[in-house]
Amino acid sequence: MPFSLLNFKALAPEIFLVLVASFMVLFDRAIRAKDFFFWTALLGTLVAWWLCRTSLGISFGESYTADHYGFFLKTIFLLSLFLSILISPVYARRRGFHFGEYYGLLYFAVCGMMLMASGTDLLLIYIGLELMSLSIYVLVAVDWRDPRGLEGGLKYFLLGSLASAFLILGLAIIYGRTGTLFLARIHQHLSVDPAVLAGIAFFLVALGFKVAMVPFHMWAPDAYEGAPTPVTAFMSVAAKAAGFAALGRIFLLAFASAHPMWIKLLVPFAVLTMFVGNILAVVQTNIKRMLAYSSVAHAGYILLGIAAGTREGLSAVLLYLFIYAFMNIGAFGIVTLLQREGGVGESIYDYQGLARLYPFPALLMLLFMFSLTGIPPTAGFMGKFYLFRSVVHAGHPWLAVLAVLASVIAAYPYLRIVMFMYMREPEREIQPASSLSLWAALGISALGVLVIGLYPGSLLHAVMGSVF
Amino acid sequence: MGETVLAAKYLPILILAILVFIIGLSMTIANQILAIRRPYSEKLVRYECGLPPSGEPRHPFSVKFYAIAILFVVFDVEAVFLYPWAVSFGHLGAFAYVEMIVFIALLLVAYVYAWIRGAFQWE
Repeated sequence: MPFSLLNFKALAPEIFLVLVASFMVLFDRAIRAKDFFFWTALLGTLVAWWLCRTSLGISFGESYTADHYGFFLKTIFLLSLFLSILISPVYARRRGFHFGEYYGLLYFAVCGMMLMASGTDLLLIYIGLELMSLSIYVLVAVDWRDPRGLEGGLKYFLLGSLASAFLILGLAIIYGRTGTLFLARIHQHLSVDPAVLAGIAFFLVALGFKVAMVPFHMWAPDAYEGAPTPVTAFMSVAAKAAGFAALGRIFLLAFASAHPMWIKLLVPFAVLTMFVGNILAVVQTNIKRMLAYSSVAHAGYILLGIAAGTREGLSAVLLYLFIYAFMNIGAFGIVTLLQREGGVGESIYDYQGLARLYPFPALLMLLFMFSLTGIPPTAGFMGKFYLFRSVVHAGHPWLAVLAVLASVIAAYPYLRIVMFMYMREPEREIQPASSLSLWAALGISALGVLVIGLYPGSLLHAVMGSVF
Repeated sequence: MGETVLAAKYLPILILAILVFIIGLSMTIANQILAIRRPYSEKLVRYECGLPPSGEPRHPFSVKFYAIAILFVVFDVEAVFLYPWAVSFGHLGAFAYVEMIVFIALLLVAYVYAWIRGAFQWE
């Protein structure tokens, strides 16, 4: 095995992330000023993005392909990592987990996601998934004094291990039927028979679990509610994007010829996910649980783009994931801003009269809620528009109709928050946390939501060029 | 058409699965119906190597065992990896050497971390 097959340059961002993460984990005890890790992590994200941009290529035979598809998804991971790091210190200092390992684990998780996004070998995708999942299980429970975090972490761990078992089982079946693990060669050798269909179904279960597809979404509300809010923001965006990255590459590259078969499996799940997520979001009174169910519903919309099975559908998925990073992390940023000890600021009733007391945070929350609903001047509308359009173009207009109906239900939980903020009298006053980095994250998110909503042109161009 | 032929290929497995289920279930039920039952207190006691049982079997024990077990697995896997590598080192050449150095270096990071965090101290 010669060195020439190993194009280490293509792996530069992952190697960099592992080195920085190891440094932060090892030197946590030695460095007393914990802000150092915050700045290292923040700058490291920018360096990693620059490395991703300059190091496109194929490595390890055909196992690893750093193409434009991978680069766009890595941009999403690093963007959500950047924003999550910005909203972390205020929360982490208050709860006492502001240390090197926290940032190190975030880095390891992103490294796993990158392997998933660029992996063109099923085993590499599996290893990336495990690296991401194990880091996130720990991150959910990183605030170990909080029993809710431990509960959420343990539930996520137990159910997530089961999902991993499904993935490895599906991998074994596909390997048995095609004799290869490389996605492009699976595509060549795939013949549709019951065993292959079972393998495809196992992959759908395992990756559906990671993106919180109904009926494999049970972990999401508990893990999202129990996790520290910056971690919730990170996992709700980046881990979901990683799941869709693998789903897109495996289903639209390796299993492309079986599309008529798996679309029958995927569409009922997608429709169920949209409706169950949105209907259950209606009855939530905890804002983090509400956003958890809303993230389940958003997974449903995005699954439609995969189900379309076209290049246009996949590019709409990428666009939606990018936009989702801004609006969802923005919303969780506002939650972090108002959250206090003992669950104060987590109830949606704590948002009553916010506009009268603090007009600016209320205005930002209004923007994020409008974007999550999909109201025109915001990016959320653009995302939904291109997603539903791709579904119509793929020849499933009734699916788009169902998706629009689900979005109408979704308007209730989001606009109820807006109604509470602007039309109710305040019950108790919660002073927003003063943290420059948190405000920076909110500013970037709000700007992203507005700019993409008003001028989507260049982003659309980038997205169209990112589909394999 | 092709699908039905393929499904037919798996029919023996289905029949086998059903047969296994029926045989297993019927044996259990037959035992319930046919067996003669004369329970008395000595017979119903938990069996523990022939000795009188000495308390509940489920003790909570220290979570430290868990950390030790995990560390053992990590380094055990490392050792398992090293054996075939050492045996075929002759014709693998410099490439395998560098690979193993990287692998051990990464494990070393974990080892040093565990050390700093006091995972090897029992108290």
